[in-house]
Amino acid sequence: MYIIVVGGGKVGYYLTKTLVNEGYEVFLVEKNPAKVQVYRDRFGAIVMQGDGAEVATLAAAGAGRADVVIAVTGDDEDNLVICQMARERFRVRRTIARVNNPKNEELFRKLGIDVTVSQTNVILSIIEQQIPERPFVHLMALRHADLAIVEAKVAEDSPVIHQPIWQLELPPEVIITAILRHGELIIPTGQTVIEPGDELFIVTKQQREAELRELLTGPPA
Amino acid sequence: MRIVIVGCGRVGSRLATEFAAEGHRVSLVDQRQESFRRLPERFPGQLVLGTGIDEDVLRSAGIESADVFIAVTEDDNTNIMAAQIAQVVYHVPKVILRIYDPERAEVYRRLGLTVICPTRTVADMIEEQVREGHPTRVSD
Repeated sequence: MYIIVVGGGKVGYYLTKTLVNEGYEVFLVEKNPAKVQVYRDRFGAIVMQGDGAEVATLAAAGAGRADVVIAVTGDDEDNLVICQMARERFRVRRTIARVNNPKNEELFRKLGIDVTVSQTNVILSIIEQQIPERPFVHLMALRHADLAIVEAKVAEDSPVIHQPIWQLELPPEVIITAILRHGELIIPTGQTVIEPGDELFIVTKQQREAELRELLTGPPA
Repeated sequence: MRIVIVGCGRVGSRLATEFAAEGHRVSLVDQRQESFRRLPERFPGQLVLGTGIDEDVLRSAGIESADVFIAVTEDDNTNIMAAQIAQVVYHVPKVILRIYDPERAEVYRRLGLTVICPTRTVADMIEEQVREGHPTRVSD
């Protein structure tokens, strides 16, 4: 697999280093000549100076045979254009953009970027997972299918306790895929009875999340 | 018409002045306060300080009801992103942007944006002048 990383800040540097150590074929493009010099001493010839949004730079970096282009500069507008140019001009199948302003994740997705990574949102979701009393946590969005994986902790006063799954009035397009009970993983069937303290891992259509939350935690206070 | 212009450089300020003089409602967005000094003293339009790739900024410039959106900052990628926000998110009927890099201009033209590429235009004009004005010298 051939991966081109554009943007040699801290993210780009450590990403390149990690990918090289994992055995991938990697190429790093960075604008600033001083940084390029430093990185060349460390990585050798896989570092190039240039503007990753320019066709000539992408061509020289071998975008024509790249499987993935990852744009991780500090500027969202540059990351967007780098990914779009890679896709439109070089038919790169997979483009990944770092999003500095979390509000841009949705926009980038609409504009055809395959994966967006927002540090702000990553940290936010970590914080949400660390807070124990939060009963309903959105773990990840599966973008293309419009699906989400959520984790729900069943409280003592949840309307669903002591009920078998088949009796729950789960919204359509919602599946309880796994239950964590006293540290043990249970793959549920319709007969499985929900107990207080259960952690449910649920695959759901994104637009069903609110409905599901209400079913599991009761109507909003 | 309601016209939103991102980038108050020479081109942006000139367009804003002319459209406002014709009676259109003009909003100008620029990151730097001093850019607005290019405008005439009694400029009747709205000035918004901020970046043209931030939806909050664009909304306060009235993008939701804009008939025309023009992105003419000095940075190609900023213009490209701003124009795509106007087109894809706010469905502004007419979106025009400047891209200096001819290769990038070509790609985004194919994606359906109205792209003005001054590099290409000026090069073509000069080329034309050269060909018309100076026929090939025949050695004696």
